[in-house]
Amino acid sequence: MRDREEPLETTREAGAPAVELRGIDKRFGAVHASRDVSLAVAPGTIHGIVGENGAGKSTLMSILYGFYRADRGDIRIAGRTVEIAGSEDAIAAGIGMVHQHFMLVDTFTVVENVILGAEGGSLLASGTARARGELERLAREYALEVPPDARVGDLPVGLQQRVEILKALYRGADILILDEPTGTLMPQEADHLFRILRRLRAQGKTVILITHKLREIMAATDRVSVMRGGRMVAHRDTAATTVAELAELMVGRRVLLQVEKGPARPGPELLAVERLSVRDERGASRVRDVSFNVRAGEIVGIAGVAGNGQGELLEALAGLHPAAGGRILLAGEPVSSGGPHRRRRGLAHVPEDRRRMGLVLPFEARESAILGYHDDVRYRRAGLLDWDAVSRDTEAKMISFDVRPADPRRITAAFSGGNQQKLVLAREIERDPLVLLVGQPTRGVDIGAIEFIHRRLVAMRDAGKAILLVSSELDEIMGLSDRILVMFGGVVAGELPADRATERALGLLMAGAGPGAGAANEARRAS
Amino acid sequence: MESLTLLVLVLDSTLRLSAPLVLAALAGLFSERSGIIDIGLEGKMRGAAFAAAAVAAVSGSPWAGLAAGIGTSVLLAMVHGYACITHRGDQVVSGLALNILVSGLTAVLGIAWFAQGGRTPQLPGEARFLPLEWPGAAALRDVPVLGALYGELLSGHNLIVYLAFLAVPAVAWVLYRTRFGLRLRAVGENPESADTAGVPVVGQRYRALLCTGVACGVAGTYLSLAQSAGFINDMTAGKGYIALAALIFGKWRPVPAMLACLLFGFLDAVAIRLQGADLPVIGEVPVQLVQALPYVLTVVLLAGFIGRAVPPRALGVPYVKEG
Amino acid sequence: MSAVATGPAAGLPRWAVVGLLPVLNLLAAFAVSGLIVVLIGESPWDAVRILVWGAFGFEEAIGYTLFYATSFIFTGLAVAVAFHCGLFNIGGEGQAYIGGLGMALVCLHLDFLPFALIVPAAVIGAALFGAAWAFVPAWLQAHRGSHVVITTIMFNFIAASVMVYLLVNVMSRPGSMEPESRDFAPHARLPLMHDVLAAVGIDVAASPLNLSFLWALVCSAGVWLYIWHTRAGYRLRTAGASPPAARYGGISPPREIVVAMLVSGALAGCMSLNELMGVQHRLVLEFTAGFGFAGIAVALMGRGHPVGIILASVLFGALYQGGAELSFEVPRITRDMVVAIQGLVILFAGALEFMFVPVVRAVLARRSGG
Repeated sequence: MRDREEPLETTREAGAPAVELRGIDKRFGAVHASRDVSLAVAPGTIHGIVGENGAGKSTLMSILYGFYRADRGDIRIAGRTVEIAGSEDAIAAGIGMVHQHFMLVDTFTVVENVILGAEGGSLLASGTARARGELERLAREYALEVPPDARVGDLPVGLQQRVEILKALYRGADILILDEPTGTLMPQEADHLFRILRRLRAQGKTVILITHKLREIMAATDRVSVMRGGRMVAHRDTAATTVAELAELMVGRRVLLQVEKGPARPGPELLAVERLSVRDERGASRVRDVSFNVRAGEIVGIAGVAGNGQGELLEALAGLHPAAGGRILLAGEPVSSGGPHRRRRGLAHVPEDRRRMGLVLPFEARESAILGYHDDVRYRRAGLLDWDAVSRDTEAKMISFDVRPADPRRITAAFSGGNQQKLVLAREIERDPLVLLVGQPTRGVDIGAIEFIHRRLVAMRDAGKAILLVSSELDEIMGLSDRILVMFGGVVAGELPADRATERALGLLMAGAGPGAGAANEARRAS
Repeated sequence: MESLTLLVLVLDSTLRLSAPLVLAALAGLFSERSGIIDIGLEGKMRGAAFAAAAVAAVSGSPWAGLAAGIGTSVLLAMVHGYACITHRGDQVVSGLALNILVSGLTAVLGIAWFAQGGRTPQLPGEARFLPLEWPGAAALRDVPVLGALYGELLSGHNLIVYLAFLAVPAVAWVLYRTRFGLRLRAVGENPESADTAGVPVVGQRYRALLCTGVACGVAGTYLSLAQSAGFINDMTAGKGYIALAALIFGKWRPVPAMLACLLFGFLDAVAIRLQGADLPVIGEVPVQLVQALPYVLTVVLLAGFIGRAVPPRALGVPYVKEG
Repeated sequence: MSAVATGPAAGLPRWAVVGLLPVLNLLAAFAVSGLIVVLIGESPWDAVRILVWGAFGFEEAIGYTLFYATSFIFTGLAVAVAFHCGLFNIGGEGQAYIGGLGMALVCLHLDFLPFALIVPAAVIGAALFGAAWAFVPAWLQAHRGSHVVITTIMFNFIAASVMVYLLVNVMSRPGSMEPESRDFAPHARLPLMHDVLAAVGIDVAASPLNLSFLWALVCSAGVWLYIWHTRAGYRLRTAGASPPAARYGGISPPREIVVAMLVSGALAGCMSLNELMGVQHRLVLEFTAGFGFAGIAVALMGRGHPVGIILASVLFGALYQGGAELSFEVPRITRDMVVAIQGLVILFAGALEFMFVPVVRAVLARRSGG
C-alpha cells in the first residue's frame, strides 16, 4: 500500500481475483472464529457470503477491513499480498466497508462525514470543496443523491446508508463490502440499494455482500460462498444453486424453513387495545389510535420497518411507556399504568432488546432470572432474598428451556445470544401468563435456538394463550402468525390473515403504499 | 462618574479573574470534545502553578517558569491519558486521583524544598508576568470614559490575560475549520466511525490531551506568576472545577464557555468588592453567600432549568475496539 | 477453576482478580510513593519502618490506627453504596460536613436528653443531615439528568461556605472569635474505647478510638445485608447495572438513585460521630479533612465490599497514624505525603485497575504452559 500512487491497473495481474483470502485463522480466547478460511472474489462481480449468526462472516470481513488481525493467513488484493493492520491500510488498498450499524457521526453533516479521515490537508476548506464536487459526480453516476449539508442524524436510514457508500467511493474504493445492508431498510429501499450495487458492478467495482437472507443472495449476487462454524463450506455460482441447497449448507442439515403448526383455534379475547396512542419523551406522536385484539390460542404478528411505532406499542402494552390516550384491556378488564401490576395479572413480556432490557448482563444468571419477579414470596425467607430458592428455581427453568450451561451462577453476559434469549423466554413463559408480548424473539439467535423458540411459542399458542409478536423478520412473522398487522407511521396500515399474506402485499403496506396509505401518510406527516 | 469608575474597576478585575478560568475551560474543551472527562483541571492548574513558581524562584525567569508549568501540566495530562485511553480506566476516578495526588505532592515538595510552610519564595517582579501598558494609555487616562475604557480596562493586563482571550477565537477556528478539529469532534462523538474512517482514535485523543495540558499549564502559571508572586497552598481554590462548570455551562463550545467564565469571574470580582460592605436595603451581604454563588448557579444550570447541555456522545466511554 | 467471565480481566482466575491484582496495584502505588521520598532526599526504607512501627508498633498506635479507620469505613461505605447504584458520589466530604452539623445541633440543643437517648438522636441527626445534603444532587440526577459527579463537587464547596458562615456568624462560642461551637455536654460525648474496656476489666492504652468504631462495624454488616440480601438491594443494584432492565423489571431507576444517594449521604454523615462526638466534642471548621475524598480510595481498594472496605480502612488508618509518626520523626516528610499516597492508590487501584492484567496473564500462561 506504500505505492498507492501507482494506478492499480498496472500492478494487477491478469485474471487475478480482486480479493483473495488464503488460510485465514483467528481465535478470540476460546472461540475459534475463523478456521483456515479461503475465498476468492472475481473483479467486477457481486459476491455473496451467507451463514448463520456467529458463522464467522463478520469476523472475516473485519479482518479484511483491518479491524482485527488474523492469527494466520494471507490477504491478496488484485494478486498482491498486502498487510492490513488497520482501516487506514484497508482504505489505502481500495477496500470500502458499509457496516451493519452505520459508522456515521450523527452530529456531522454529510460532507463532514464523507471527508472525515480523508480531509486532504490540515485545513478543511479545500477538502470540503472537493468533496462537494465528488458527491455531485457520484450522485449522477450511481443514483446516490444526498443533501450534502444535512445533519446525518436527521436523515432517514436509507439515505444514511447512501452516505456510507459515498464515504467508501470518495476514498476510491474498488472493493465494497456491505454487512447485512438491508436489515433496517424497507423492501423498496432494498431494491434501490441493489440497483445501486448493479451499477457499481457495471462500472467495474467489486461488491461483497454479507447477509443471512437467502432471497437477497439469489436476487443480487453472481456467486455465493457459504460459511458455517468459522469455516468456508462451499462456493457456488448463484445461477446454479437454490435456496434450499444454500440453507442446507448453512446449517449443515436439512432444515424446515416453515414453522410446523396446526390451524389456530381462537378462543375468547384476552388482550384488547382500543384507540391507543403513545408519544415519545419529546412529545412526538409514535403510535396513533391503534385498535386490535388478540384472542386465546392465536399469534398476532406485527410487521413493519423498524421505527414505525411497533417498539413503542409493545412497550406501552407492557406498561413501560405511558399511553397518551386509549385503553388496554387484559382479559376484559382495563389495566392501569405501571408495569409490575400487569405482570401480576398475567401479562408477560419478552422485550425487543434482551441485552439492554431483558437481562442484566453483569448479574449472575439467577439474578437476571428473577428480574421483574423479585418481589415473589417464593424467593423470600425471613424478609431477605432466599438465594438457594432462586438458584433451584433458575436451574429448573434453564433445564426446561435447554439453556447451556445450566449454571445459575454464571454471569449473564457469558452466555451466547441464543442461550440468553432462552433464559428470558424461560423467565416469562414459565410463569404461565395469559398474554405474552414478544419482541424480536430470534434476533441474533442461532438457527438451532430459533427452531426451539418457535416451537415453544407455537406450543404456548396451542395451550390457549394469546401471543403478540413483533419482528423485523418477515419470514418469522409469516411463519408464526395467524393474523398479521402492518404498522406504518404509527398507525395500523393494514391487517391480513396469515394465509393471504404475501411478501409483496406486506411490503407495500410496510412502505405506506397499501390501501390505507393516505391516512397513514397523513398521520406520519402530522406527528 | 463614581459608578462608572466602580464599574470599570469591577470589569477590570473580572478580566483578570476570568483569564485563568478561560484557559482552563479551553483546556477542558479539548479533552472533553475528544471524549475524555477531565475533572483533573484543578490538579493540573495546581501542579503547574507550583512548578512555575518553583522554577521561576530558582531561575529568576518567568519563561522558564511557564515552561515548567506547561511541562508539569502536560505530564499530568499524559498520565490521565495513559490511564483512560491506553488502559480504559474510569475517567472520573483518574482525574480525582490526580487532583488528590497533586494536592499532596505540591505540599510535600514545597515544604521539603523551600521550608516555608508549603509556599514558594516571594518572587521579584522580573520573575513574573507583569502588566503591559498599552501605548498612549497614560496620556488618555484623564479623558473621560475613553480613558477609563482604554487605560484601565484594555490596557494594563499581563500577557497571559490577552493570550487567554485571543485563544478563544483561535480554539474555535481550530475546532471547526481544521482537520485536527474535525477529527477531535469525531472521536468524541463516535470513535468507532472515526476509526473505520481511518482516524486513529488513540492518537487523536492523546493529542487532544496534549492541548489540554498546555492550556492548563498556562492557566496554572498565571496564578503563581501573574496574579500572585509565588505559589501558596490551595491557590487554585476550586478554579479548575469552576472552569469545568463553565465549560458545561457553555455547552462545550469555545465562545459560550468564555462567556460563562466571564460571568463567574464577574461574580468573584463582585464578591471581593462586597466584602464587609453595607449595602442599602439589603444590609451586609454575607461573603460566603457570594462566594458560593458560582457553585449554586452551576447547580441551577446543571439542573437544566435554563436550557439543556448535551455532552459529546462518547464522553466518558472508553473506546474498546470490538464488534 | 473458576475464572472471571467478562471485562478486561476476562479469563483470569478469580483469586488473581480479587487477591493478586489489588496487591500489585497497591505495591505500585507504594513504589511511586517511595520514589517521591527519594526525591526529597530521605530514605524510603526508613520511612516504611517508621510508618509501620508508628501504625502498629505499640498499643496506643493501634488505637489511633483504628480511630482513623473508623472514619474511613463510614466514607468508604458511603461511596460503595452509591457505586452499586452506578453513581459516583464525590460529595462525601460535604455530606460528612453537614452531617456533623446535624449531629452537633442534637448534642448542643437536645442535651436535656439522657446519654441513652442522645446518642441515637445524634446518630439520627448526623445521618439525616448527611442524607439531606445528598438529596438535591440525587434528585437532580434522577429527574433532571444533572451529572451527580459535578453536582456533588459543587455541593462540597457550598457546604464549606455554609459551615464557615454558620460557625462565624451563628454558632460560634459566646464571647469567642474562634469559628467553633461551644463544647458538648459531658453526657453528649461518645465513650472512648479504653474507658469502656477498662470498665469490663480489660486494660489498654488510651487512644481516641471510641464507640463509633462499633457502629461502623454494624453499618458494614448492614450494608452487606442490604446490598446483597434484600429486595431493596436487588433493586438498587439492578438500577445501577442497567436502568432499562430495571424499568422493565418494574424498578424505578430515579427512585433507586435517590435512595442510594440518601443512604450514601447518611453513611458519610456518620463519619462526624467519630471525629466530633468522639474526640473534638464541639463543631469545628473543616473537621472532615479530606476523609470524604479518601472514602473513594477506600471503596475502590475494597472493591465495594464491606469486608474489603474494613481492610482498606485499616490500611489507610495505618497510613494516617504511621504518617503522623513519620512527620514527627522526619519533619521533611509531612503528613501531606499521606494525601499523595492516597492519590496514588486511587490512581493505581481505580483508574489503572487492570494495568497488570497482561503481566499476570502472561505469567500464568507460562506457568501452566511449562
